[in-house]
Amino acid sequence: MKIAVLIKQVPVSDSTFRPAENELWIEEGQIQYEMNENDSFALEEALLIKEKRGEGEVVVVCMGPSGRAPRVIREALAKGADRAVHIVEEGPFETDPHQIAHILFESIQSESFDLIFSGLQSVDLGMGQTGVLLGAMLGMSTATLAMSTEIQEDKIRVKRELESGWFQWLTLPLPASVSIQSGINTPRYPSLKGIMGAKKKEIKTINKTDLNLSEGLQKVTRIYNLETDKQTEYIEGDPDVQVARLMDILKSEVKVLGA
Amino acid sequence: MGILVILEQKGNSIHGMSLEAVAAAQDMAEKLNSKLSILVMGNDIDPLTQQAKSLEASEVIAVNHELLKEYSCDGFAEITKQVVEIESPEFVVMAHTYMVRDFLPSVSVFTGAPFIADVISFRAEDGNSVFTKQMFNSKLGSDIVVRGGSCGLVSFQSAAYQASAVKRGDTPVRQIELSLSQEQIRSKSEEPFQESSGGVDLTSADVIVSVGRGIGEDTKIPMVEELAKAMGAEIAASRPVIDSGWLPPFRQVGSSGQNVSPKLYFSVGISGAIQHVVGMKGSQSIIAINKDPDAPIFELADYAVVGDLNEIVPKLTEALQNQ
Ligand SMILES: Cc1cc2nc3c(=O)[nH]c(=O)nc-3n(C[C@H](O)[C@H](O)[C@H](O)COP(=O)(O)OP(=O)(O)OC[C@H]3O[C@@H](n4cnc5c(N)ncnc54)[C@H](O)[C@@H]3O)c2cc1C
Ligand SMILES: Nc1ncnc2c1ncn2[C@@H]1O[C@H](COP(=O)(O)O)[C@@H](O)[C@H]1O
Repeated sequence: MKIAVLIKQVPVSDSTFRPAENELWIEEGQIQYEMNENDSFALEEALLIKEKRGEGEVVVVCMGPSGRAPRVIREALAKGADRAVHIVEEGPFETDPHQIAHILFESIQSESFDLIFSGLQSVDLGMGQTGVLLGAMLGMSTATLAMSTEIQEDKIRVKRELESGWFQWLTLPLPASVSIQSGINTPRYPSLKGIMGAKKKEIKTINKTDLNLSEGLQKVTRIYNLETDKQTEYIEGDPDVQVARLMDILKSEVKVLGA
Repeated sequence: MGILVILEQKGNSIHGMSLEAVAAAQDMAEKLNSKLSILVMGNDIDPLTQQAKSLEASEVIAVNHELLKEYSCDGFAEITKQVVEIESPEFVVMAHTYMVRDFLPSVSVFTGAPFIADVISFRAEDGNSVFTKQMFNSKLGSDIVVRGGSCGLVSFQSAAYQASAVKRGDTPVRQIELSLSQEQIRSKSEEPFQESSGGVDLTSADVIVSVGRGIGEDTKIPMVEELAKAMGAEIAASRPVIDSGWLPPFRQVGSSGQNVSPKLYFSVGISGAIQHVVGMKGSQSIIAINKDPDAPIFELADYAVVGDLNEIVPKLTEALQNQ
């Protein structure tokens, strides 16, 4: 079983984001990066499948700049992925999901993966489609929002999350591309041995600029702060002052306490 | 050319979010001066077609096929692709539901039309159609356009438009026959099921104290439970808290959990991602504690407490207990 896991490095989600001057990306100065959360669940699911079967290969595939992508790639290798494909993209960063999937397609097409796991959604662009696009481009069967998986010979059985707390099992023929929802498993931490071992693992690099790319289908024309018209009272001061004001609100404004 | 809005079926009716998508599509058709068509697809869709007929549009296109009885990504993507090829719409509009997340990306690959997902607003500007979506963890907005004249597939976020804004009419129906074979549907699905509700009905709670990942670790959950108790509230949580097993699944608020609308929603260490917000934005009052002054939850909150929950929560609990 040959499994590809798509991992993306994204800004830590509680970062303060400011639009860049050209309004086409963000000000990167203070931002810390990490593995997209859904992708670490996807990686864990792939590692669990490999361990359970006692055979197979887990290959992480990541497009990102040479400055920071290798860190999340090493983290994935340290957790147990066998090798990596790094598509080097120095920026400006591609924002068209079709184009991103196309780049991934060009980069891994010859590998004949049985399974591709991706995160359901990225924290930065939040397009929610890259894994399915790639699967469809490769002619694979696809499923989204996986909350459990079981491999059965040449099939995969996937528990899909539906809306409002409903679920449904679905069986797909391999090869398949499945996007993983958070909470499917508990991602592991890398062990010391894993961290040491990762240094020897292969990272194949591909330059995005060497690929044969088309124009893309959609285009971000501006990134900016959204305004809201909601009136919000900011409760300032030290915690004691804040708590006093909160007590006031609970009693006299929201009126959920007896007066 | 024109706008094609696709309805999603839920039971024997139109999915609530699809009505919002119709409102969006009507707005787009008006602003772009385009024809609006409504597509219904499924098996035995007469009831759905009847409901669609009462929505204002140029026509309702109905595709009935026994292989569309149950949803499948392959079946729905194939039929949608055929409709797009026959009708060549300028935009295909749907609600950003779980079904749309599942099959619209495949339609995008089959038709070469971009999928602009989870859109919050639309405007026509200098002859361009501009869609806005949230990026960077709901903290920034971005404008997106379709490149070079192709069709665009667009899904609207929950509540981007109001279902009550839908214009009604008496719209003619056109049936079309399309072909789909069993071999084209590669997946086999089993019956949907619901996991145990735990006997707690958050939807009827007057006051909810809801805890997010900002709590940091499970050993601090009791601190928030104390606050809930002192306030006479039910405790609820965002998804990461549930995913980590710190509270049971029936306490989750949001698109994959429960929809609540209490008198007071008191949020502690929750950032306010859209999937959480759709489950609680109907609350009468919202108070939020977060250490990040830019947290999106503050845009929704009536009262924003910028600070460390570890300091504020125990003090507030004490004040409540002493009153
Ligand atoms: C299809 C889909 C369905 C989903 N369904 C749901 C759903 O039903 N419900 C749901 O909640 N989410 C859902 N999500 C996940 C959602 O996108 C967010 O990831 C999630 O809501 C984030 O939870 P959070 O706010 O607790 O965590 P985070 O986003 O990590 O936010 C934690 C917050 O705590 C603050 N904080 C940290 N430390 C402190 C401190 N000491 N004091 C005060 N504040 C602090 C931080 O500033 C931050 O704002 C879904 C996602 C997808 C893609
Ligand atoms: N640059 C990238 N490199 C590797 N994987 C990616 C990249 N962009 C997106 N993905 C994968 O696609 C998923 C969905 O991303 P998105 O469609 O942007 O929401 C992510 O969780 C990743 O698994």
